[in-house]
Amino acid sequence: MPTEPARGAGPQHPLVPLLQALTELPGPSGREHAVGRRVADLLAPYVTDIRHDALGNCIALKQGAGPEPRPRLMLAAHMDEIGLIVTRVEEGGFLRFAPVGGVDARAVLGQEVRVHADAPLPGYVGAKPPHLLTSQERDRTIPLEDLFIDVGLPEEAARRRIPPGTFVTVHQPLTPLLGTRVAGKALDNRASVAALIEAMRLLARWHHEADVYAVATVQEEVGLRGAMVSTYRVVPDMAIAVDVGFGAAPGLPEDQVLAMGQGPAIGLGANIHPRLHGMLVRTAQQHNIPHQIEPLPGSTGTDAWAMQVVQSGVPTALVSIPARYLHTSVEVVDLEDVRHTARLLAHLAASVTAADPEGWRYDLA
Amino acid sequence: MILRELSELPGVSGDEHRVRARLWEAVRDRVDGGRVDALGNLITWKGADRPGPKVMIAAHMDEIGLMITRIDKDGLLRFRKVGGIDDRVLAAKAVRVGPDGIPGVIGLKPIHLLKDNEAKKAVSHEELYIDIGAASKEEAERVVRPGMYATFATAFGELGDGLVKGKAFDDRAGCALLVELLALDFPFPVYGVFTVQEEIGLRGARVAAYDVAPGLALVLEGTTCADTPGTDPHGQSTLLGHGPAITVMDATHIPARPLVDGLVAAAESAGIPWQWKRTTFGGTDAGSIHLTRAGVPAATVSVPCRYIHSPCAFMSLRDFENTRRLLAAFLEDVPRVAERLAQGSA
Amino acid sequence: MPALYADVDRVEQLIRQLAAAYGPSGHEEPVRALLSAHVAPLADEITVDRLGNLIARIRGQGGPQARRVMLAAHMDEIGLIVTHIDDKGFLRFAPVGGLGPATLLGQRVVFADGTVGVIGAEKLEDVKDLKMERLFIDIGAGSRAAAAQRVQVGSMAVFAQEVAGSGSRLTGKALDDRSGCAVLVEVMHHLRAAAPPHEVYCVFSVQEEVGLRGARTAAYAIAPDMALAVDVTPSGDTPQGEKLNVALGGGTAIKVKDRSLISHPKVRQLLVDTAAEAGIPYQMEVLPYGGTDAGAIHLTKSGVPAGALSIPARYLHTPGEMVDLGDVAATVDLLVAVLKGPLPEMPA
Repeated sequence: MPTEPARGAGPQHPLVPLLQALTELPGPSGREHAVGRRVADLLAPYVTDIRHDALGNCIALKQGAGPEPRPRLMLAAHMDEIGLIVTRVEEGGFLRFAPVGGVDARAVLGQEVRVHADAPLPGYVGAKPPHLLTSQERDRTIPLEDLFIDVGLPEEAARRRIPPGTFVTVHQPLTPLLGTRVAGKALDNRASVAALIEAMRLLARWHHEADVYAVATVQEEVGLRGAMVSTYRVVPDMAIAVDVGFGAAPGLPEDQVLAMGQGPAIGLGANIHPRLHGMLVRTAQQHNIPHQIEPLPGSTGTDAWAMQVVQSGVPTALVSIPARYLHTSVEVVDLEDVRHTARLLAHLAASVTAADPEGWRYDLA
Repeated sequence: MILRELSELPGVSGDEHRVRARLWEAVRDRVDGGRVDALGNLITWKGADRPGPKVMIAAHMDEIGLMITRIDKDGLLRFRKVGGIDDRVLAAKAVRVGPDGIPGVIGLKPIHLLKDNEAKKAVSHEELYIDIGAASKEEAERVVRPGMYATFATAFGELGDGLVKGKAFDDRAGCALLVELLALDFPFPVYGVFTVQEEIGLRGARVAAYDVAPGLALVLEGTTCADTPGTDPHGQSTLLGHGPAITVMDATHIPARPLVDGLVAAAESAGIPWQWKRTTFGGTDAGSIHLTRAGVPAATVSVPCRYIHSPCAFMSLRDFENTRRLLAAFLEDVPRVAERLAQGSA
Repeated sequence: MPALYADVDRVEQLIRQLAAAYGPSGHEEPVRALLSAHVAPLADEITVDRLGNLIARIRGQGGPQARRVMLAAHMDEIGLIVTHIDDKGFLRFAPVGGLGPATLLGQRVVFADGTVGVIGAEKLEDVKDLKMERLFIDIGAGSRAAAAQRVQVGSMAVFAQEVAGSGSRLTGKALDDRSGCAVLVEVMHHLRAAAPPHEVYCVFSVQEEVGLRGARTAAYAIAPDMALAVDVTPSGDTPQGEKLNVALGGGTAIKVKDRSLISHPKVRQLLVDTAAEAGIPYQMEVLPYGGTDAGAIHLTKSGVPAGALSIPARYLHTPGEMVDLGDVAATVDLLVAVLKGPLPEMPA
């Protein structure tokens, strides 16, 4: 068995450069191309085939060594991030915008952004100055439609360079915190994309029988769209979505959160095939991978939800990386959780044999 | 009657296997074959190689319920809802927890200790907990794990004038109807499909319909019946005892007109009482079936049930029997209905 | 600005004819019958699928650059469905598609058989009590039995409002999306006159207003290489209106995003470049809500590169929808211009 990356501290953690490379690229839903190309470059050394589909999903295949027909395992993590989109340019060159995905109006004011016009233009999200507000107004969250982006350009130049429909992302470099934690934008869900890449790196040097598809999906934040169509193409025998889950923090309901730094969460519920859940738990136990169980009543709201009901149905599971302050520019994850997620995925993939897919669907006597 | 057993079995969305096992036992001698798919749907068939349109008849096995999400320090269980449950029906109900059906009750703060106005406010499920009698977290953990399901503990029974009561008539009533229909013989291929995960988004039917690729589909349901005090006549979706309800539109589908006409004609010519379902909210498996592949003509027929999505529903056995008769009469007509469908798309 | 290709008078006549027809979601037969007559001489093949979509195929010249292109415009309009008939013959109803009670009060509606009704309300203490369930339709029947001779539970009604014109603008019911249907027919006239390289499927879809349903099954059967929906979009140019960029008379609107779709970047670019090159007036559309058939189409099978052209419209989902014929013509022109040429390389 090859050596796995050593536990590192803070900025020295081996996953920091990978996460930096992934999170600092802009990739709002529907405009993931830059991220998709980077993911393809990062995966290339470890896989046998890579393609981008009609919606921009990046679909990589690492062929297994087993006899044909080989079982097909699909690992998926969405690479899109929430963002903003310019709706019109107003007098003075200020940009009005609408959300792309679930943008939290409380966290947008005062953010530095990049406006992806002919070149990425730096901008800032402003509002009516506070000294012009009544105290009642100050107590309320400012609705998105009352905010604007200022790129400092004269009106004429703004109109010429920034057509309505221009995408905008927040600007926030990855910041290493104490220990093995980092903060940044788009860790939802590039942390999982990093885990996917790391898993494929491990798997590349191991013997495995199954065909393993690593898919970086698009447009999850606007409706699980990329997962739906990429799963239709792959038609896997089993599929695992990797996403972030709510990391424990004050004020959150205790039965809805994951502990930070205690390993990936393995989902349990209607969206998860019980056998695949069992395989993940056993894999974690066998390889001493810290993990937690996440009960998920009803919809998981993740790619797994869409993947499960493709064609005649796909056995699905969900692995979650605990993350705090989701859908803001300061999301926090623990890199050890990311590393252990990668190990879990790689070990599971390596353990899938031809016999596994049998029994997912069966005839009754 | 099999409805008694089906009603009392636990089968929350995602955990339908006990219901599936009982249903397979009930239909295995009536069908040519059966299979279980990746989501847990039970797909059965008879006369698969006969000529004529493949007819898919679907009823969902799952019921609304609860999932245990956390065991508190004192051994009480926190839970979340699975499917659409009105929070206000939860307080002070008996439940069964997990695969072994451990008895529990949903506890709440006693009335004596309530502050002003607190008694008037609906209690959110987040403030409630299940008490299984465990004295500590450790004791509870010996029998319960987060992720386990809980259902209402409601005994099936007869009451009133030909009524029965029980939990999960939505849609074990439909399952029981489908069991009865599969005893009949048809000159065309029939797929009897017992679906999963209807209550959380019509999910089982979607993949089963993709797999079966039917020419037309019928969905059997237990539906709301709001003929009780305080409901305006025009808000009464169906009336108990007035026969099977035929859907004209709901939030998920507009049934194919030739099927609706065929159902009405079958009821009228056989003298079977029937009614329109008179509200348009909610949805059924037909919502996902009719959008499968290049489209499937589909319709929904329901048995009216009072107090649906609550611990206990009422159903009229006469309505059940009339629904069975209507479906049997309609199925005899299927070749003619199929002709009309074909003409419609010429 | 004169149209490049569109015969504006012909399109206007067709919009007027189509908008007058009865066709709520699920009951599009009258619209389909009209459209079938118009497209039969223009198509190589027409079919009606199992949900009721009308699909007209133009074979095209073929060749290495030929693709399968799907165009979609929906035939259905918003309406009302009868849910209850009371003892005195008043009809209670539920909406079919996105309708609010404020739009309905005092409106005249018409059923499939021509029965006319007017919408009344219970006595309301406060205008805030104006809820759908407090409204009813009065068809002038004196009893349940009299009403039941004309309508039954499940009967649907639509607004009774003829299209009226004023200069280059039309106002009336169901311009959403009969104006889009008329655009597709007009495009077919030009494709018939000069066959495009591509195989073009013009889909007149059903049940868009209740969830983009018809387009979904049609796209599954066609499996196109690229798709464009043609629909209407709300404009932001009315007094104290929404903060939207689109204006009536500002040209065809190239959709960037709505709730159902983020247009494929290459499709969007193709539309922008073609419009700019041909001098066709256009504007960019970013709609924070709403959806179109393209939303359902682009998620078909392994995914379809898709976009949408919108005709700017005011007062949508009321009897007074308003569009500008110049925008309609620009929509026709841009579609014809796009289909004449090669399409960009896109991953399948």
